[in-house]
Amino acid sequence: MNVHFEPIVGRYMHLDLLGRSHRIYVEEAGAGTPLLCLHTAGSDGRQYRALMNDARITARHRVIAFDMPWHGKSSPPAGWHEEEYQLGAAQYTTMILSMMSALELDKPIVMGCSIGGRIALHLALEHPERFRAIIGLQAGAHVDPYYDLNFLHRSDVHGGEICAAIVSGLVGPDAPEKDRWETLWHYMQGGPGVFKGDLYFYKIDGDIRSRIAEIDTRRCPLFLLSGEYDYSCTPEETLAVAKSIPGSEVTIMQGLGHFPMSENPEAFLNYLLPVLDRIGG
Amino acid sequence: MLEGLKERVNEDAGLVRRGRYLTTTFLLQSGDTSWLVSIFQGRIVSVMRGPFVMPSSAFALRAAEAEWAKFFLPRPPPGSNDLMALIRRRVLRPEGDLQIFMAHLRYFKEVLAKLRPAAGGVA
Repeated sequence: MNVHFEPIVGRYMHLDLLGRSHRIYVEEAGAGTPLLCLHTAGSDGRQYRALMNDARITARHRVIAFDMPWHGKSSPPAGWHEEEYQLGAAQYTTMILSMMSALELDKPIVMGCSIGGRIALHLALEHPERFRAIIGLQAGAHVDPYYDLNFLHRSDVHGGEICAAIVSGLVGPDAPEKDRWETLWHYMQGGPGVFKGDLYFYKIDGDIRSRIAEIDTRRCPLFLLSGEYDYSCTPEETLAVAKSIPGSEVTIMQGLGHFPMSENPEAFLNYLLPVLDRIGG
Repeated sequence: MLEGLKERVNEDAGLVRRGRYLTTTFLLQSGDTSWLVSIFQGRIVSVMRGPFVMPSSAFALRAAEAEWAKFFLPRPPPGSNDLMALIRRRVLRPEGDLQIFMAHLRYFKEVLAKLRPAAGGVA
């Protein structure tokens, strides 16, 4: 029998966040400069599976991804069944900084996609001293709702089916079928209302347009990478962010969509590796 | 524009299976031209071209001819590659009972993607 194990190791961490006890799933692989990876709305840390399996990354980086509470293998906190989940900007920031402290990460590189890319901009503005560099994937300052978000969480529409169907066109046209559908599977597995609750941050509470120009890249380098086919955070929106932040470096990734690290890892690595070289050098 | 739609959908067993709980009629409009597409348990039973005096449908998808033309290219450009991309740009107007459209969104995306020359591309 021909089997092999990936070098990824997963553990469950117990910690208090905002006064509540949480059980959070954390995966990591590699050694070296910590690279903390933040997943998109309604998905989980598996989006970074290819990075954690690529020796070009892991030879020099300790790659870490955690599933946010309510996502993936992390549990919602006790009492969740009576609540409506909503991700807010302050809560999201606190979560990331708390995870960094708990994991004893000293000035990691943080890389986030979509909501993770948006919070990366918040971190660049409010906590630049905590990071060696910040990489925003599919990062825009704001997205107006363009469909009725209530469809993501109602009893007469299947949550898993609709979440994947909403985002399916955000995958770029060159994505290998296996990775396209793995990416969508993660969306199909989200808990009821979780994607919608994340989008509260993405489309309402996380609007950073009025403060974006205050980001000072002399305090922490900022790299922006966005896929050409992303119509959620469009290349134009990322270019507008870059234009208003002196010193930021922006790349539009041809043929890629909203989930570069998960939908087409090989193509994405061609863009990411030079950025990591720059940061490391 | 919708030539061959019925056959292409009905011969795709997986697509018909995914639509097996869907029975509805929707209207597709391209410029001044409309079609009524009737579906019974995931199979397309008729595609009727207008003009109609009193078209009756659960919901309608309306866009300009030029927008559908880009959408139906084998490799549509960014912003034209998906129904939600058209909706995001406010060039596709979904109207009517959109619960049916949203509850079967993957199905409707894949049905319309059948009209691309290289069907089976980006759904």
